[in-house]
Amino acid sequence: MGRYWRVFATFAVAGMVRDMTFRTNFLIACISSIAWVAMNLSFYVLVFSFTPELGLNTGWSREPFFVFVATGLIINSIVQTFFMPSAEEFSEMVRSGGLDAVLVQPLDAQFLITCHRVDYSSLANGMVGFLLLFWSLLSTKWTPTPVAFLLYPLFVISGVTILYSFIIGLAAATIFLGRNQSLYDFWFYITTFSRYPMEIYSGPWGTPLQTLCTFVLPILVVVNVPARLLARPFLMSDTNLAIWSLLAAGVSFIVSRRVFTHSIDRYRSASS
Amino acid sequence: MTAMQTKSPHSSDGSDYSLRDHFRIWRTMLTISLEERLVYRGDFALGTLLRFLPIVTQVFLWTAVFSAAGRSDIAGYSKNDIVAYYLLAMATRAFSSMPGLAGSIARGIRDGSIKKYLVQPVDYIGFLFAMRVAHKLVYFAVALGPFVLVLFLFRSYFPAIPDVGTIIAFAASLFMAFLIGFFLEATLGMLGFWFLEVASLLFVYMLANYLLSGHMFPLDMLDGIATGLLGISLGDVVKMLPFEYTAYFPAAIWLGKISGPAMYQGLLIEAMWVIVMAAACRLAYDRGSRHWSAVGG
Repeated sequence: MGRYWRVFATFAVAGMVRDMTFRTNFLIACISSIAWVAMNLSFYVLVFSFTPELGLNTGWSREPFFVFVATGLIINSIVQTFFMPSAEEFSEMVRSGGLDAVLVQPLDAQFLITCHRVDYSSLANGMVGFLLLFWSLLSTKWTPTPVAFLLYPLFVISGVTILYSFIIGLAAATIFLGRNQSLYDFWFYITTFSRYPMEIYSGPWGTPLQTLCTFVLPILVVVNVPARLLARPFLMSDTNLAIWSLLAAGVSFIVSRRVFTHSIDRYRSASS
Repeated sequence: MTAMQTKSPHSSDGSDYSLRDHFRIWRTMLTISLEERLVYRGDFALGTLLRFLPIVTQVFLWTAVFSAAGRSDIAGYSKNDIVAYYLLAMATRAFSSMPGLAGSIARGIRDGSIKKYLVQPVDYIGFLFAMRVAHKLVYFAVALGPFVLVLFLFRSYFPAIPDVGTIIAFAASLFMAFLIGFFLEATLGMLGFWFLEVASLLFVYMLANYLLSGHMFPLDMLDGIATGLLGISLGDVVKMLPFEYTAYFPAAIWLGKISGPAMYQGLLIEAMWVIVMAAACRLAYDRGSRHWSAVGG
């Protein structure tokens, strides 16, 4: 295990060197990411100019919702910094046969494929997330308990694990499809479901969707659980959801690992 | 190491070819592009289906907004109007969005692969256009089923089918949305002749387009937001730009938010934007291809 940490540290240093070599590009990437966040925040501000909360009596008024948004930013920024840049290259590696070089390394292929590239510019969104979280917590009437603050990082990691498992599953799909340029698109689109509190998915269509996205593809627990810890008083139903979140993270990781291993077994080199 | 100074091929070389030859070349380019698009069918079908996912969250978001707001009208849109608007804006974006176009042009300029179009009697913009038409044909062949299904499922959100004149205006606005989207992105890609790397510029464009085209929300919602300039709202500023024609305008026509003289005036302005963007694209290509040098073996 120590060897993997050392290799990962090497990747992290290499990523930092690469980003600092092209400093202007790094700066532009940071500004672009923040601009994207600012644009989304302006949309939410516009939405809250029409309504006091999202959904009748859900408790998701502006400040709690911004705690939710901040949590989403932090989780997504971790995934996009450490895992997504590598996974995005996987499609081309499969198509071009570059995966061969990874498979002959004396290291776990999944580790190499998903961790070899670190993109520090994506941390800019996380920084905005922390600032927004800080502002929202100061602005809201509810003060979270110390236990909530202690549990928050645990459930953030749980959310990251679920998203990581999705990425692994999508990367595995590349081997079956031959090319999967939609990987990033799919990840982007599927995470749109996790952008809003799960209460908005209600009614004859929403409730089944909420169930599906909570228990089958547990994308809704990714942000909802850690955000609820800080955004509002924790309810009994939230406790059950939190337990399920941890379980879902474990199951997702194991299933995605198996799918990935199975897909690697089916890989046929494209190179000569 | 050699340096290749280039000239625009379509200027003088084109005169050696008859209209029939041009059509034959264009048809061949279209066929090649169609075959290329269908090689990775699985990836393409997956990408097409994914486009429907964000609309689902928007429907639920606005349903939640209306239920909590306790009002039946936001910026002149009922809940049904908003849902119908997002679906129509999405349909319009299917015409006007040009995924990968600008990036591939800039990449061709950067790695030198564009030279094959410069030395052959093929008009590069025409080739790109044929490729994009092929892309859209395949896209709609794949997406027609899901589109019909989604529109059928959400039929109760739509107002009554408008009159024939409005439908024709809607179709014209969609066609011009495709042209504006193509020429706008192609022009951005052509900037690669001067800047080589245009990724950051494209990101800025993507942000601006997403926000200002009406893809994110109906632009009428900006009408009440003051800019600080006397009598000018944010909505007025946004409507001076070409972006609204790539999502908002066709949707607003179908929903009856824009009708009568305002609709015809809008179509005229949209046609002017098509001409302006086409001219800008041609100018950028002519100037850029003269300015460009390929260095390498």
